[in-house]
Amino acid sequence: MPPASSSKLQALDDLLLAANAGDEKAYRAFLVEVSVIVRRFATRRMPRQSAGFDVEDLVQEILLAVHNKRHTWRAGEPVAPWLFAIARYKAIDAYRRRGRRIEVDIADFSDVIEDPDAVPSAVGHDVSRALDSLGGRQRAVVSALSVEGKSIGETAKKLDMSEGAVRVAFHRGLAAIAKKFGRD
Amino acid sequence: MQTRELIEDLVAGAGRQDQGFVPPFWAVACLAPLLAAAVFWPALGPRPDFAAALQTVRFDLKFVQAGLLAVTAFATLVALARPAQPWRHRALTILLPALVLASAVLMELALVPPELWATRAAGSNALICLTAIPSIGAPVLALFLFALRRQAPTRPMLSGSVAGLGAAGTAAVFYAAHCTDDSPLFVALWYPLASLILVAAGALIGSRVLRW
Repeated sequence: MPPASSSKLQALDDLLLAANAGDEKAYRAFLVEVSVIVRRFATRRMPRQSAGFDVEDLVQEILLAVHNKRHTWRAGEPVAPWLFAIARYKAIDAYRRRGRRIEVDIADFSDVIEDPDAVPSAVGHDVSRALDSLGGRQRAVVSALSVEGKSIGETAKKLDMSEGAVRVAFHRGLAAIAKKFGRD
Repeated sequence: MQTRELIEDLVAGAGRQDQGFVPPFWAVACLAPLLAAAVFWPALGPRPDFAAALQTVRFDLKFVQAGLLAVTAFATLVALARPAQPWRHRALTILLPALVLASAVLMELALVPPELWATRAAGSNALICLTAIPSIGAPVLALFLFALRRQAPTRPMLSGSVAGLGAAGTAAVFYAAHCTDDSPLFVALWYPLASLILVAAGALIGSRVLRW
């Protein structure tokens, strides 16, 4: 089980509670957060080279299941174990349908939660591919801000740059990525 | 489809409940005995000496065992129905009716001379027992499976089996009122066999219809 102290997971509880009360914004934020968590899990645990297996397919299957079965979560219960049980079920199911078996330990999820830097977040390998196209400082800055979620202050300190220089490197880096891969 | 688009679609459908009617478990618990009674009364009904039989321990024990099985199996079912609910300790309580039955069998063996054991165990209603319990339990099993489908059991086959067990317990409470074989030896032999039919049906159907 992931540690209860994880504030990100507690935030999930609040988001789903608000969403069930009719807050669409909260529901969107909840689903986005779920997709990020689940993607980390899928990227790390699912062998990418396996034929016909797409990480994003699994992420979407889990999102759909979470949506369809959201009434089986009850206010006051932690969302995380509920979510992980669904993700685990869908992961095993996805593999079975592709004629394979996979053992998914619930502990896999706590790795993912406790160690978010160990795997690329957001759009997984797309981001690392984009980052690879940058060089030196820009890459370090974009990686720290977008992927690791560090603040500008922290990044400036770590890289021994001024905050203004970090901002400039960040925007230039993003512009370079946008130019190379096209917007959106 | 992009995941972002999917999320927008899901947000747009946030107000809808796509699962259809989700029966609460208390309603399922109330409806189950009604369904069993609807099969039991027209088909069998209680035995003529029902009131007198209530005075005997062997007769009453049948209701204790069947009732305990129905309650503990249903409690396990409720835990299995939703993701990440602890169910193992509830599943262990299903041993309770088994223990009561085992103790009753030991007492019977001590009280009844060995030459009568076989007769008592064979009884005179074995075939009725084997058909009545699955028949009375069938609509209950269907109800349980329907309720489970509207939840999210992550172990479809196990959930189906436990649904079968709960249906068997419910059916046995009614059937016990009809059956004139009260010996624990009869109960320990034929009731579990009859229950097994429902458990197997629950496992088989559950592994298909409870996937989501």
